[in-house]
Amino acid sequence: MLSKRIIPCLDVKDGRTVKGINFVDLRDAGDPVELAWNYSEQGADELVFLDITATHERRKTMVELVKSVARQINIPFTIGGGINEIADADALLNAGADKISINSAAVRNPALIDELAKAFGVQFVILAVDTRRVGDQNLVHLNGGRIATEKDTFEWILEAEQRGAGEILLTSMDHDGTKGGFDNVFLKKVNDAVHIPVIASGGAGSVQHFVDVFEQTNVDAALAASVFHYGEILIPDLKAILSQHQIEVRQVFN
Amino acid sequence: MIGIIRYGAGNIFSLTAALERLGIAYGMVHSEADFEHFDRFIIPGVGHAGAAMSKLEHSGLVNKIKSLQKPTLGICVGMQLLTAHSEEGDAAMLNIFPIQTKRFADSAEYKVPHTGWNRVNHEIANPLFANIPNGSHFYFVHSYFIEFNPAFTLASTDYSTKFSAAIYKDNFYAVQFHPEKSGRYGEQLLTNFSNI
Repeated sequence: MLSKRIIPCLDVKDGRTVKGINFVDLRDAGDPVELAWNYSEQGADELVFLDITATHERRKTMVELVKSVARQINIPFTIGGGINEIADADALLNAGADKISINSAAVRNPALIDELAKAFGVQFVILAVDTRRVGDQNLVHLNGGRIATEKDTFEWILEAEQRGAGEILLTSMDHDGTKGGFDNVFLKKVNDAVHIPVIASGGAGSVQHFVDVFEQTNVDAALAASVFHYGEILIPDLKAILSQHQIEVRQVFN
Repeated sequence: MIGIIRYGAGNIFSLTAALERLGIAYGMVHSEADFEHFDRFIIPGVGHAGAAMSKLEHSGLVNKIKSLQKPTLGICVGMQLLTAHSEEGDAAMLNIFPIQTKRFADSAEYKVPHTGWNRVNHEIANPLFANIPNGSHFYFVHSYFIEFNPAFTLASTDYSTKFSAAIYKDNFYAVQFHPEKSGRYGEQLLTNFSNI
C-alpha cells in the first residue's frame, strides 16, 4: 500500500534557511543542506524548498542550492519560488531537483503548466495554490495570501489537472499559521475531485491534526514548517501515532 | 566500474551523486567502443518511454545493449525499455524481457502518477535485495508499470494492480522505483548491484 507522506517545508533566502530552527544538534541551523539531512534521517518522506530570494541572481542561487541538496540527500525534493519559464525548470531539473512547484507564474500564464508537463513530464510539475475564503467562495491568492485574484480555487485546480499538473500543493491561508488544524472540508472536496496526488498544507499544530487530515480527507501527503523546525513535533513520533491509527507510513529505523 | 549508458534521456545528477556518496566508481557510455571499459552498466531514464526508445535507437547502441553479457540495471524508464512493448507512445521496446509496459487505469482511489513510497515484496531470492528486508519502502513516481510475471518478477508492489517493482533475467536487472531517491535501502540496492 502506498504510504502517506510527511513533508517538511524549508524557506530559503540567499542560500540560507530563514525561519528559526530549534534543533539542538545542528552545527549550522541556517544551512539548508544540513537541515534537510537531519529531516531525512528523522524519516521525512520528501522535502520542499521554497526559495524567497528576490535578487536577479536568484536562478543561480537556486541551482547551487539544488545541487548541494541532490549531492547529499537520498530522498526526493521539490523546489519552488519564482519559476517563471521553461529555462528555470530545465536548470533545476539538471541540477537534480525531482519536482518543481509553480504558483503565481501559472496563475498569470496557465499555459506554463502545459509547457512544463510536455517538456519534462507531469511527475515533475507541482501546482502550488494558496487559497483563502472570501464570502462563501475559496479564491486563489498570490504573494503569500496577500493579493486576491478572481480565480475560484476549486475550478483552478481542476483546470491545472487538465493542463498537466502532476500534483497539487494546497495551502489554506485561513489556516496557515493558526496551528488549529488543516482545512479538512475543502481538502476533502479537492481530493475527491482530482485523480492526481494532493499535498495538504496550512494549519498543522499537533499530531492529531495529521491524523485528522489523513482520516478525514485521504490526501496523499501533509506538509508543515514550524512544528517541525521548532521541534514541537518529531517525525518518528508522528509516524508512530499515524501507524497506530492504521495510516500507512514509511518507518525509518536507524 | 559501472558504465552509465547515455542516450539523451533524462538527468542523471541524482544517480551519480548517490554513486559518489557510496564510493562506487562510474563512467559514461556514449558509444559502442566505450562498453569495454566497464564491467557492469546502468540504463537510466525518465520521461516518455516511446521518446526514450526513439532516442536509444538514434544512439546506435541498441544491438550492443541486447548482446550484453555483463550485469546491467535498468532504472524507471530504463527498466521499461527492456520490455517488449510500452503503451506509452504504443512503442516497441528492446524485448529483452517478453513482457509488457502498461498504463495504470485512471481511478479516484488509485491516483496516477503512482507517486511516493510503497512496499517492495520479494518474489524470488536474489543478491540485488541482499540486506534489504522484505516489504521495505522505495520511492516510485510513474504512470506506466510492468506487468507481474512469475518468470521474471524479482519483487512486486501492490497498487491498483500488483506489478513488477523489479525484474531479472540472466545478466539483466531492472527496477521501477528510484534507488537513488529511496533512502538507505535504495543505497543498499545500488551497493548490491555494484557487487553482483
